[in-house]
Amino acid sequence: MNFEFSDEQNLLREQALGFLQEHCPMSAVRAVLDGDAAYDAELWTKIAELGWTATAIPEQHGGLGLSYLELSVIAEELGRAVAPVPFSSSVYLATEAILMAGSDAQKERWLPKLATGEAIGTFALGEGPGQPSPQRLTTAARNGKLTGTKIPVVDGDIAEIAVVVAKSDAGDGASLHLVELAGAQRTPVATLDPTRSHARIAFDATPAEPLGTDGEGWSLTQRLLDRAAVLFAWEQVGGANAALEMAKDYAMERYAFGRPIASYQAIKHKLAHAYVKNTLARSNGYYGAWALDSDAAELPLAAATARVSATQAYYYASKENIQTHGGMGFTWEFDCQFHYRRAKLLSVNIGSEPTWQDKLIAAVERDAA
Amino acid sequence: MDFNDTAEEAAFRAEAKAWLEANVPTREELAGLDDIEAAKLWQKRKYDAGWACIRWPEEYGGRGASAIEQVIWNQEEGQFAVPGSVFGIGQGMAAPTLMAWASEEHKREHLPPLASGEHIWCQLFSEPAGGSDLAALRTRAERDGDEWVINGQKIWTSGAHYSDYGIIVLRTDPNVPKHKGLSYFFLDMKSPGIEIRPIKQISGGANFNEVYFTDVRVPDDQRLGAVGQGWQVAITTLMNERAAIGGGGGGVGFKQVFDLARKVEIDGEPAIRDKSVRAKLATWYAQEAGLRFTGYRSMTALSRGATPGPENSIGKLVGASKTQDMASFAMDLLELSGAVSDPAHAEAHGAYQATFMGSPGGRIAGGSDEIMLNILSERVLGMPQDVRVDKGIPFNEVPTGR
Repeated sequence: MNFEFSDEQNLLREQALGFLQEHCPMSAVRAVLDGDAAYDAELWTKIAELGWTATAIPEQHGGLGLSYLELSVIAEELGRAVAPVPFSSSVYLATEAILMAGSDAQKERWLPKLATGEAIGTFALGEGPGQPSPQRLTTAARNGKLTGTKIPVVDGDIAEIAVVVAKSDAGDGASLHLVELAGAQRTPVATLDPTRSHARIAFDATPAEPLGTDGEGWSLTQRLLDRAAVLFAWEQVGGANAALEMAKDYAMERYAFGRPIASYQAIKHKLAHAYVKNTLARSNGYYGAWALDSDAAELPLAAATARVSATQAYYYASKENIQTHGGMGFTWEFDCQFHYRRAKLLSVNIGSEPTWQDKLIAAVERDAA
Repeated sequence: MDFNDTAEEAAFRAEAKAWLEANVPTREELAGLDDIEAAKLWQKRKYDAGWACIRWPEEYGGRGASAIEQVIWNQEEGQFAVPGSVFGIGQGMAAPTLMAWASEEHKREHLPPLASGEHIWCQLFSEPAGGSDLAALRTRAERDGDEWVINGQKIWTSGAHYSDYGIIVLRTDPNVPKHKGLSYFFLDMKSPGIEIRPIKQISGGANFNEVYFTDVRVPDDQRLGAVGQGWQVAITTLMNERAAIGGGGGGVGFKQVFDLARKVEIDGEPAIRDKSVRAKLATWYAQEAGLRFTGYRSMTALSRGATPGPENSIGKLVGASKTQDMASFAMDLLELSGAVSDPAHAEAHGAYQATFMGSPGGRIAGGSDEIMLNILSERVLGMPQDVRVDKGIPFNEVPTGR
């Protein structure tokens, strides 16, 4: 049994933790919350210089050619730091979509730029409230021109390119398109987590290249989301542990009725429950990372399992962190809000908890069939 | 990252598997034996071939195997329908305590019959006045020459009625604070003055007993640790208890309820199509998977010679509640028939109803949910103990209620 990260991977974790403690303290996250910047551009540059954006891109395309285990390690630390950067959009989604479905020319053109962080990419799926489906898509391409509106697109206001899911008359009812966003009309939209920017993007005969085969866009989207779900789950695991630590640290120092509130079972049991959820989520994250890295047939099940428990864990830890802080946790001045915002954002970004619960059972049903 | 054994582990697994395939008792061999006789037959067979209590040193009846080999053995034995064990308390809790605290003579006398299944041991800790607050126990032992005289009552003693020996914590000094006035012994369960009364449980079974002590005499020679050191010795036992009780699963798991949801209907369709059913099942699946992979992480630590972290202790906490909730949900899926436990008419011969009625015990035995949460918050998260109003007060001055 070797169900553990390697020494090198754990060293990378320590380096990532140290780097983010120095360059992405809560004050940096707060600066994005309170300021006008869409993201922390300086941090993004440093992250790219460290090669994190290049982690899983093959060397022939300017990447480091490392594994998804390294990427999982980085994702956990970015999640712990609540980093205000477009990493998930650019790395887990845009880069992965191009790696998965791009032509040689598309890979040659975009992967080196995505690897260096020079280009930011994103993934445009949603078109308003409710679960996306091929039937509900209205954005469509005609003769290499894309028309339609996507909302919300994470990092849509700062990305250079987007992988857009559009309606198709062929196959599974959808196709993917690679679009340079300079040719689209972009409007930032406020969201519950201002440390991660979002936009409405209107395409009006915007030039677009097909990415992958027409009529396979929906199945490609599902595969892409399965892969991304593992990495989102690791961000959630990192965030959930940070929220638990924050709650514990406060409870140890806060006194009520003459003793630390950390000595009351009402608080202890709450945080012990968070520890249990976080531990289950972490262990399932290992499973997801293994399946992603080895391209295992059970990736859909592993991804959904990791995603469901990580979503539950982060939500619980982030809300009970506020509760443990009492009134102060509800103030703008305290940092509890960052985890509460990010937990819910991450949980809806690539499909909600019920959506992934449904996918989990669908995967079990396929195995049982 | 992979799920593979090392070469040595794979060889050990193959050896264990081959022996099991050749030696697991057949149905015919077990015909006519009661549960204890069947368990003893299987244990003796393992012992004779060197497959009993494999982590123990050879001189005490074991095999001197590593922790990871123990896990591998458990996995392989778990693949077979072998007789259930009645030796868990003796081998899992009494034996580690004897190894840590008993004289060499006692170890050589008592450990081999524990390994071979000749002797069954029970644990006499809890009392009517001291469950979670174990150190509040009142059963007293008074010194009389080379012997101690025991008077009082123990409760929740699993298997007392068929045990040969018991480990027991007793109050030897009521005039000092509660943890300091305890001493630890082992005793012969056939000693004069011991009366065992079964406790009927809500599940209908009677695995537990009340054990009454009236002037029961135990030699001082059978004391483990110094007089007044009983709490420290008891901790050795308790540290092994949760490992012995293990996952807390059993009865009803994901697969069973998933299959049931495909069979029964809601609104004229298989229940599994219902989104709320899927959401619940997915959460339970993720919990089971999380426990399984947490186990794999511990196995990896063992495989590398490290001691697994306390994350292992979440198994019973998560498993017991999950079992209870899944049994309850399965009965909901059965609608009107959820009430029927008659094996002749009930789904799965009444397994859901039996699990529903048995599962509250799983949340209490071997450290209640609340005690487990205290342990996690104190020993893992490092949070302070609750204020103890009896701290430093002589035991006989501590306020008592019911």
